[in-house]
Amino acid sequence: MLLALETSCDETSAAVIHDGVILANVVSSQIRLHAEYGGVVPELATREHLRNLLPVARAALRQAGVTPRDLRAVAATRGPGLPAALRAGFTAAQAAAYVLGVPCLGIHHHEAHLYSPWISGPPLRADWGAFQPNVSLIVSGGHTMLVHVRAELEHMVLGSTLDDAAGEAFDKVSKLVGLPYPGGPVLDRLAEEGRADAYDFPRPLLYEPHDDFSFSGLKTSVRVFLQKHPGLADDPQALRNLCASVRAAIVETLIGKTLRAARRLGVRCVTASGGVTCNRALRRDLATKCAQLGLTLRLAEPSLCTDNAAMVGILAERQFGRGLGISERDAEPEPGWSLESLQRVG
Amino acid sequence: MDHPQSPSNVLPFRAQTRSVAETEALAARLAQTAQSGWVIGLHGDLGAGKTAFSRGFARGLGCPGRVHSPTFALMNAYRGGRCPLQHLDLYRLNSAADVTAAGLEEYLLQPEGITLVEWAERWIDGGAVPPNWRQVHLEVLGENERSLVCDWHP
Repeated sequence: MLLALETSCDETSAAVIHDGVILANVVSSQIRLHAEYGGVVPELATREHLRNLLPVARAALRQAGVTPRDLRAVAATRGPGLPAALRAGFTAAQAAAYVLGVPCLGIHHHEAHLYSPWISGPPLRADWGAFQPNVSLIVSGGHTMLVHVRAELEHMVLGSTLDDAAGEAFDKVSKLVGLPYPGGPVLDRLAEEGRADAYDFPRPLLYEPHDDFSFSGLKTSVRVFLQKHPGLADDPQALRNLCASVRAAIVETLIGKTLRAARRLGVRCVTASGGVTCNRALRRDLATKCAQLGLTLRLAEPSLCTDNAAMVGILAERQFGRGLGISERDAEPEPGWSLESLQRVG
Repeated sequence: MDHPQSPSNVLPFRAQTRSVAETEALAARLAQTAQSGWVIGLHGDLGAGKTAFSRGFARGLGCPGRVHSPTFALMNAYRGGRCPLQHLDLYRLNSAADVTAAGLEEYLLQPEGITLVEWAERWIDGGAVPPNWRQVHLEVLGENERSLVCDWHP
């Protein structure tokens, strides 16, 4: 029985894991919390984490029907993330582990994302038996990276964004066309009723011979486009077409680079996780393309795409079983922890 | 939007760049003249080149890591240069209280090294800026052309 905490950015989350089964996964979504006040922007990061942490952890234990005495280990995200936010969760985990006399595991947030596509249900559980080597796309508001996962707990970073993350590109383009921030999900919804071939936007770095991404230039493309077509975004159907065209540019780039890496490395499986994995076109088009190529596709469940402690706990339990990941008693959070520095290649 | 005032005793430095690469190169040169303890406000519209400026600035300080947008993470830190560098984006925050709650105030008041900050207005909100503040304004002139005004002279 393992308790996991996640506080690297906006979400406070706690999960209880036993033998790969998620007994509880509580996420106090600050976006939802703030929506009650009519606000658009979620941030009160650290103070919210401190306020949420104990209620969220108690709720997770209660849902799982366990007491702290049942825990064999406590885990938390150690990095990367916002320093003060990470400290709230990681220090709480260290304190709980110390009091209970059990090990504390410091987990890398992105490494946890790599295994979230292997969690399915209901009831949600890690399908380790189905695991196979894969190319994994982590794509969110803060990150866009491609990783070769050669075996369980063995990964190699292939590439990442040079500037903006894909989720950020969605949000910022939404803002340029007059949608409220963060508008990525709204853009996705409008795009569903638009024509993706209406306007032509660049597919950045799609044909470059490396696995890095760049989405910053897309903002400029859209701004220049809007200058050339003033008032276009005021026409509802033109706006939907624009959203569909921009979404196609981003999604085609993500999928094109992911599949190319899979082909080059000879893996038969592709996975995707992170908030943008909720994007409808990304899910749909990845499924179609992977089916055409005979590749196995594992997409993180929508409830596990955004930050959550379940994925942290699933990875922590797997590491714990192999004697990995246990942090020293005086370990500090690692706000700038890179996934490359953690490369485990057998 | 009103931007914080520059210190009155320094002449603004003005330049125009014709590409992202030129903006980065200029920022790298400016970084060599920046002093530890400074907090540098970056101003400019979406796509004006604030991240590009930050990338060049980090390179000028000798920071080896890859520089990317801090909008979602709120802050990225870069080490390994001649002094520590923090890159903040307060866009997602609403007020000075939010900045404090996110634990970011220390990087704005008395940074270890240099802090670059986008959307500093969220924190300053019309108040006076401390003496360690500097400003860079980026403006879009054309598809690739940018104007840059900076309130310290390299």
